Amino acid sequence: MNDKPERLIDKKGLRLDGRKPDQMRPVKLEVGVIPAADGSAYIEQGKNKILVGVYGPREAHPKHLALQDRLVLKCRYHMAPFSVQERKSPAPSRREVELSKVIREALEPAIFTELYPRTMVDLTIEVLQADGGTRCASISAASLALADSGLPMRDLVVACAAGKADDKIVLDLMDEEDKLGSADVPVALMPSLNAITLLQMDGKLSQDEFERAVSLAIDGCKQIYLLQKDALKAKYKNVKAEGEE
Amino acid sequence: MPEFFEQKQIATPGDLLAEGDYVAGENTYIEGKKVYASRTGLVEYNNKNVSIVALKAFYIPKPGDMVIGTVVDVGFNGWTIDLNGPYQAFLKPSDVLSRPFKPQKDELSQVLGVGDLVVAKIVSYDRTHDPQITVAEPGLGKITRGQVVKVTPTKVPRVIGKKGSMISMIKQETGCQIILGLNGVVLVTGKTPEEEQAALLAIQKIEEESHTTGLTDRITQMLRSEKSKRGAVKNE
Repeated sequence: MNDKPERLIDKKGLRLDGRKPDQMRPVKLEVGVIPAADGSAYIEQGKNKILVGVYGPREAHPKHLALQDRLVLKCRYHMAPFSVQERKSPAPSRREVELSKVIREALEPAIFTELYPRTMVDLTIEVLQADGGTRCASISAASLALADSGLPMRDLVVACAAGKADDKIVLDLMDEEDKLGSADVPVALMPSLNAITLLQMDGKLSQDEFERAVSLAIDGCKQIYLLQKDALKAKYKNVKAEGEE
Repeated sequence: MPEFFEQKQIATPGDLLAEGDYVAGENTYIEGKKVYASRTGLVEYNNKNVSIVALKAFYIPKPGDMVIGTVVDVGFNGWTIDLNGPYQAFLKPSDVLSRPFKPQKDELSQVLGVGDLVVAKIVSYDRTHDPQITVAEPGLGKITRGQVVKVTPTKVPRVIGKKGSMISMIKQETGCQIILGLNGVVLVTGKTPEEEQAALLAIQKIEEESHTTGLTDRITQMLRSEKSKRGAVKNE
């Protein structure tokens, strides 16, 4: 299983899964998948499968976490033990704690936190299957779940990564490209406001390459943004179609 | 001055609704001269006022609102009431007992226990303090019979209908009494459980299809066919 591929991009310029360098993995988004939650969303991006639930706004628990002037967003990113090849311990790892923080900070600018002081929103992200780029997929799904819960938002947050594999800038890295490639640049964006809420880089890129990677990632974000809007509307469109028969 | 959506079209958060000299109404916000949506819902342009009728939201208290809440905690000097929203309300014993409250004599949990439902009115609320509610008015107080159903608070006007057309139709067709809490909790009391069930079904249907047209007629039809079905069972 763990044979290293010799090259990430073949002679025809295609990647390991047959994608072109600027092509994304197929994305499927669904909203309102957890009836018990106030808001929820499910994303499939390539082999990634992520489920997000939103609870709140509600009274903060424990109470001392509440802030007098704004809402507190509590975020938990967690990978299921069966989400990767080698069993992952269910205890939160260093990486998961960090990603929880990064995702929270990517989403917070989109929320009107000052409108609901002393309350808390619990956001639970469960990665059921991971294949590289889970932080981006999580952000895309989480903002959708927040919007589904009825929380007022400035814009939906979309995220997508770009990176470098075999000296080529590629969009939406999958697991092998992430591990064997030389750089990974995840970008989160509020497209209507044209504001970046997350920008990280792992690896080495020249300034020119970095700029190309960011603009490629932003193009990817905009593609997912359209899917997000459709997913939000689809929940109500289906009812409309039934009602008008 | 362009408007980017049609009347009653569905918009999602971040959608640019209008640009120019507009006023941002409910569920929208303004940045410079651009009005954006902040919730998923149906767009409404009313002169220069742009607003969104949200398809999902939560209840924010307003003084004077009639609400239906659940007792979640009995404390030493009052009850904590869940209003189906971000903030929990406080209910003072003197309002319920209609006489001064004596901590030595009165056992609060015997008056209202955890899980009891009350019809109440919001007395005061601002963002720095949790809401206070009262039951010391006619028509308010503990609920003893009936069934409750929850709808999204923004859909309460839809359940009422134009000049109360929807709600009075449901009352008439099912013979139930209906109390609408503005926090989205609806109490239905009828003579038989079947009648209550019919009214609940109707309200749930309104919640699901609130953004479609010709709803009142469809609900009437549904209730009538339910009624004839029940009639047929009885006559067998």
